[in-house]
Amino acid sequence: MSERLERRAIVSGVGQSQIGRRLFRSDLDLTCEAALAAIRDAGLSPEEIDGIAAYPGPIQGPPGFSGPGIAEVQDALGLRVSWHMSGLEGPGQIMPIIQAALAVAAGLCRHALVYRTVTESSAAADTGRLGIGAGTSEIRGFAAFLIPFGAMSPANWLALYARRHMHEYGTKREHLGVIALTARRHAALNPAAVYREPLTMEDYLGARMVSDPFCLYDCDVPVDGSTALVVSSAEVARDLPRAPVRFEAVGTALRGRPVWDQWEDITTMAARDAAAHMWSRTDLRPRDVDTAQLYDGFSFLALVWLEALGFCAPGEGGPFVEGGRIGLGGELPLNTWGGQLSGGRLHGFGFVAEAVRQLRRECGERQVPDCEVAVVGVGGGPTAGCILLTR
Amino acid sequence: MSVFRRPVPALEPETEAFWRACRAGRLEFRRCVACNYFVHPPRPVCPRCRGRELAPTPVSGRGRVFSYTINYQAWFPGQAVPYAIALVEIEEQPGLRLTTNIVNCPLDRIDVGMRVRVVFENLTDEVAVPLFEPEDRP
Repeated sequence: MSERLERRAIVSGVGQSQIGRRLFRSDLDLTCEAALAAIRDAGLSPEEIDGIAAYPGPIQGPPGFSGPGIAEVQDALGLRVSWHMSGLEGPGQIMPIIQAALAVAAGLCRHALVYRTVTESSAAADTGRLGIGAGTSEIRGFAAFLIPFGAMSPANWLALYARRHMHEYGTKREHLGVIALTARRHAALNPAAVYREPLTMEDYLGARMVSDPFCLYDCDVPVDGSTALVVSSAEVARDLPRAPVRFEAVGTALRGRPVWDQWEDITTMAARDAAAHMWSRTDLRPRDVDTAQLYDGFSFLALVWLEALGFCAPGEGGPFVEGGRIGLGGELPLNTWGGQLSGGRLHGFGFVAEAVRQLRRECGERQVPDCEVAVVGVGGGPTAGCILLTR
Repeated sequence: MSVFRRPVPALEPETEAFWRACRAGRLEFRRCVACNYFVHPPRPVCPRCRGRELAPTPVSGRGRVFSYTINYQAWFPGQAVPYAIALVEIEEQPGLRLTTNIVNCPLDRIDVGMRVRVVFENLTDEVAVPLFEPEDRP
């Protein structure tokens, strides 16, 4: 096996801003709060940060989606960097974390600040949540084959995946409900989570439909918030105040057609390819994983990630989540911070922050005992990336 | 019957022929002349054999519902809901799919595997969109 360069990188710091609904703070303000917290957490000073990366950069996306660009953040914090990047296309929203690991491994920088910031709650305060392409008269690119048909949200695109999974494997709404209810129970143990009140299966099954089989509680909750990490060279690990969290392996493969509605087997997603790639880069196996932090922009996505990562066979995600297996105290505690369903839609980075904190044993009431290995899988449909982290 | 005021696909170099054919009442896909593979969305090269000669080719307009969802959420103010979004697999080639709407059909009748046929809804003088209705509709 050739050397896996990601193993030369560690996560040395993690920080988050205030997270909540309708905060009406600027994305730059939230980002600076998270970034300074992460740098402090790593025991570093801003002068020592010599890399910066973010997803997706200052694109013209949906309201509140993109967060500030790296130039703006670099300037606001007075950073002098040797390496910098942002981007939208790549292995999921955690792409810049993977890139940062490779950048420090390559010696381009030693300490990279990586962040993801959203203000989607404040941005939608006046309008409600709009669909993609709402208010536009002419649609270009791949969206031209979706938006004119009222498929104006990933909720629609992925409901088609979920329906097919139900058709082929007998997956039930109750299975998706278990994922939503588990997230809510975990959120109750996380003071920073957005929705912490108890949720019952009756509540779940009685909720209004968004795009069937997805109801309100299958969809993540838009929030304002920023998550920042410091990714450092493993060479400096012993000089840092916190236990380093190590990159054991990353997964970035994409073998299927990267088109939402042409993906060949829509009971799977790009998660399948990223996960297989990740396992090919490590001797660890699914049974070694102590906690899974898996993207739940929709409940169904976490179910597909469980299958993709080999915790159960393809199609068996529904029965797998039953019987308390994915709850704290179960065989594979899932999304212990509440996930995006109840913790808030931090768009991928919330899962990484939780994995780091679990591995450092900082999670208090929601701590997974003796946590040694955590897997993070992020993305939906034809987009995915994953990271196996160890302490 | 329009489910809502549809945003109109732009006439772009690779996709213009598809939308114009719909406006003329024909469902056509680019097909590789060398290996007969239908290429959708339209690309300038065949992804299977890398052939560079592709020709617009009509299909029967028949297919099956590969998956579907009933959308209840209004994505902009005033949008009429609910409506059915489907992934229709075109008869001529496994995996050749369109995201579309099922029309002229009660929403509770739609199911995976249902046979459907194309109908067109004109949006402008140049563009129509392909929708599908049950094949057994009189």
